[in-house]
Parts: sequence; structure tokens; C-alpha cells
Amino acid sequence: MRVSAQYNAFKTILVKEVLRFARIWVQTVLPAMITTALYFVIFGNLIGSQIGNIHGFRYMDYIVPGLILMAVINNSYANVVSSFFGAKFQRHIEEMLISPMPNYLILLGFISGGLARGLVVGVAVALVATIFAGVHLNNLLIVVLVVTLTSSLFAMGGLVNAVYAKSFDDISIIPTFVLTPLTYLGGIFYSIDMLSPFWQGVSLVNPILYMINAMRYGMLGVSDINVGVAIGMICAFNVILYAFALNLLRRGVGIRA
Amino acid sequence: MTKAIAISGLTKNYPGGVQALKGVDLVVDEGDFFALLGPNGAGKSTTIGIIASLVNKTAGRVAVFGHDIDTELEAAKSCIGLVPQEFNFNMWEPVSEIVVNQAGYYGIERGVALQRAEKYLRQIGLWDKRRVMARELSGGMKRRLMIARALVHEPRLLILDEPTAGVDIEIRRSMWQFLREINQQGTTIILTTHYLEEAESLCRNIAVINNGLTIASTGMRALLTKLHVETFVLNLAQALSSAPAIAGYRLNLVDETTLEVEVTKGQGINHVFDALGKLDIEVTSMRNKTNRLEEMFMRLVETGQL
Ligand SMILES: Nc1ncnc2c1ncn2[C@@H]1O[C@H](COP(=O)(O)OP(=O)(O)O)[C@@H](O)[C@H]1O
Ligand SMILES: [Mg+2]
Repeated sequence: MRVSAQYNAFKTILVKEVLRFARIWVQTVLPAMITTALYFVIFGNLIGSQIGNIHGFRYMDYIVPGLILMAVINNSYANVVSSFFGAKFQRHIEEMLISPMPNYLILLGFISGGLARGLVVGVAVALVATIFAGVHLNNLLIVVLVVTLTSSLFAMGGLVNAVYAKSFDDISIIPTFVLTPLTYLGGIFYSIDMLSPFWQGVSLVNPILYMINAMRYGMLGVSDINVGVAIGMICAFNVILYAFALNLLRRGVGIRA
Repeated sequence: MTKAIAISGLTKNYPGGVQALKGVDLVVDEGDFFALLGPNGAGKSTTIGIIASLVNKTAGRVAVFGHDIDTELEAAKSCIGLVPQEFNFNMWEPVSEIVVNQAGYYGIERGVALQRAEKYLRQIGLWDKRRVMARELSGGMKRRLMIARALVHEPRLLILDEPTAGVDIEIRRSMWQFLREINQQGTTIILTTHYLEEAESLCRNIAVINNGLTIASTGMRALLTKLHVETFVLNLAQALSSAPAIAGYRLNLVDETTLEVEVTKGQGINHVFDALGKLDIEVTSMRNKTNRLEEMFMRLVETGQL
């Protein structure tokens, strides 16, 4: 395909994906806003006032970056897993498979859809946060970088999950058993300084810890770990998962007989 | 002349052990209207799936307008418009969006895609339904939606896998007319069908596959003239107790007033009427037992030869 044709094809997927989640915003954008508000009321307000400051920030403010990133992660993932699995289930993925679109373009199209939803929900949650807490900005570039890379990473995760899923039940396995535990244990609500050395060590194998801390650095300027290392890791994960997902599409796993 | 399709030695083993194709050879000329026939499970959809790259082949070569699908996949794909056997569009998407997006996947700019979608939806009689969700369409409309979708990038080759299955007779005839026009304008068409009348009325060339093998590939007319025996069913005015004997013909009394006569090529049927007249047997009506192509087809599938 010529470059202009590739651009048209990519835009088609992106617009389609954005319209898809925008039409059902009550199911796609609103829930994260409500959950975040609840977190602020319960953890931030009621319990947080007992906790005091962490790294010089009110507890309420301290949890903002993690809550935003958690919403980004969940929504990027959810968008692609449901969209791709739906396309596979109803077989309209074939519309793309028979077209001359190269596989990487299909992959980028779905990633961009997940990215769009991740960003929209991220901004929505940040707006909710301004009602309850102070939303700080230490380094815009780092925030944008972390949100974008994390979002694309989990968008690809959603695609991989959808490729292997055989039923609608299968698309909730990874979110329930992997994503949610890792996110909660990734230091959204605490600093790993508060843990015993053993659990600190355990926490360090959780990739989401690095993402949340990088985000916290971007917003608050504090982090439990080196931000350069964190961003390097997120980049590396992106490269690995991209190659893996592209290979799945190329081989037609789950979508070509 | 360029071959729209050139397939040789195509095999496919599905995981689980089904050998769906055991060596399909197929050549379709540019501009042809070609029928791919075969009983259920013969391997027609698998062959089409491989051409359209929805199914990975096990071995063999496939070229679309000279573009080998192993080496020039994108070019091959650009030439093909596919109407698959099963509905494969998003049921929760409006009709026009389905067509416009498909154009987009082929890299067509949105403004052009909108015009094309309008053109083909009008031609196929779905323009009124453009804002309707696909799931609300009738079966025949869903088929037509897939035809419009397959044409939106104006492919050189249109492949239809049982396009008129479950479509009522009136719509079927108008679809035939539409396909004839598309073909006359230069689009090569390959179709599979269960209605042999459809193949006979539309197609110039034909291939029969059975059990994953090509067992015949020839011109429709040549094939029909090869047909040796034709069976006629005669309805009689009076009841008979046994089939009368007419030298040179095989007669079979199906029930008291229904007589089947096998007429071999070159024999003619006049003699049967003369003989029956002499026996005072009055024939009230007559029809072909099956459509001629169907008869030939049954023979081919049963015996592997004509
Ligand atoms: N996805 C699949 N997995 C396993 N076997 C299949 C699959 N699709 C088709 N088959 C088998 O391959 C054979 C050919 O099927 P198909 O190409 O659909 O035939 P046709 O279209 O001529 O009816 C059949 O035996 C069918 O059961
Ligand atoms: Mg079939």
C-alpha cells in the first residue's frame, strides 16, 4: 500500500474505534470517573486524613497519579480486548484481513484506539481529581510519555488477550487475575518505603510499580525508583509486546484458519 | 491472456486432521463468469478462503492476476472483492458505515469512499437502509450488503461464496441481473452455488470439486453437451400397473400415473411419444427430472467422470 493509502486505512480504524467507545461513553468513560471519586472520598478523605503526609504530600494528592494511571491502564486494555474480540467473534475482523492493509497497520490501528480511550479517561479522571485534591504537574513531558507508553502497552496486552480468548469469559481473565492485583500492588496507595525490605524486593518485580512511580514523578516530583530506569523499562516492554503481537497477527493466531 | 486466478496443487490440512483440499487445480480467465461447484464439504469455501487469505494454505500455489499470494500478497488482495458464505460484518454497525469503512481498509480516501458506498448501495437497492443497523436487515439484504461491501474498492475479481443461499427467488433473479451487468463491465466473477440453475444461467465456465480434488474444469456448454442421459418425468392420464416396454429406452413406473424415461443423447424423445400413443397411453404433462446440470453433477460426484 502507498503511504497515503496506509494513512487512510489507519484513520479508518482509529475513527471507528473512537466512535465505538464514544457512543457508549456511559460504559466506557463514566465508570472510571465514578470509581475514582469513590477512592477519593473513602481513601483520600476518610482514611487518608489519618495517614498524614507521604514524601511531603497530603495522602489525597499522593494517590492522584496512581489513580489516573490505573484508569489509563484499565481502559486501554478494555478497549482493545473488547473491540478485537468482538471483531473476531462476529468475524468482521475479516474485513481487515482481506484488505491489503499490512499487519502492523492493523496493530497500530487498534493500539491507537486503546490509546485514545486511555487518554480520554485519563483526562476525565484528572478532572475528577481536581475536585477533591491538588493536581500537581512537575514535568509535563514525563507525564505525557508515561501515559502514552503505558497506554499503548496495555492496549497491546488487550489485543494479545483477545487473540487467545475463545469466549467472552476469557477476556476478563487477565484483568481479574493479573492486571488488578498488579495495579493495586504497584504502589498506587502507598510508597514501597512503607514496606519491609522483603516486600520491597518483591514489589520490584512488578512492572506496574515502575509505571506508577514514573507517573508520580511526572506529577509530584517524587518516586520510589529511578525514573530513567522506569521509562526505559516501559519502552522495552512496548518493543517486546509489539513484536509479539505483530507476530501473532502475522501467523493469524486465533483469526485465520 | 492474464489469468484472474491460477491455482495449482493446492492442499489444506485443518488442525484436527481434516484434509479439506488434496490438490486443487484451477484456472480462471480474466473477464470470465465462473462457477465453482461441488457438494457440501467439497472444499469450495476453503479454496476461496485461501485465495482471499483468510485461510492459510498447507501447500500449492495461488496467483491472482499474476500476483503470487506468497510473494505479492498486498497486490493480490487489492484485486479481490469477497462475499463470504457466512455473514461477517458488525451487526451493530449501520449499513453505510460498513461499506465506507471497508473502502477505508483498502486505503480509499473517505470522500471517495462515501461516493462509492452511495453508488453501490443504490445499485444493489439498499440505499434506503443506509442508516439501519446491519442486524435489522433481512437475510437477502444482508447478502446484498456484503456484495456492495465487496465492490466498494472496485476489484477486478469478485468472488461470491453461495451468494443466493436463503435469498428468495425474486431477489435472486435481480441479483443475477446485477452480477451479469458487473461482469459485462469487465469484472471477473467466481461464484459457488447450490442452485445449479444459477450456475447454468450465469456462468460460462465451470469447475467441479469433490473431496478436495478438482474433478472437472471446462466450459459450461461443453459440459452440458457431454451429458449422455437425460431423465424425463411423464404424467399419465390413466393409471398403469407396469411400465410399458419401448425398445431402446429405459422406462420406470414411479407410481401408477408417473413414468420416468431415460433418453440417451442422440435418441430424441419423439419416438417415446409415438410408442406411448400406439399403446393408448396419454401423456398429460412432462418435465425434466432434474435440471440438466444437476444430473450431470450427480453423475460426476458419484462416478468421478461423465
Ligand atoms: N475451520 C475448519 N476447521 C476444520 N475443518 C474445517 C474447517 N473449515 C472447513 N473444514 C472442513 O473442510 C472440509 C471442506 O469444507 P468447506 O471448504 O467449507 O466445503 P464447502 O464450502 O465446499 O462446503 C469439510 O470437511 C469441513 O468440515
Ligand atoms: Mg462452503
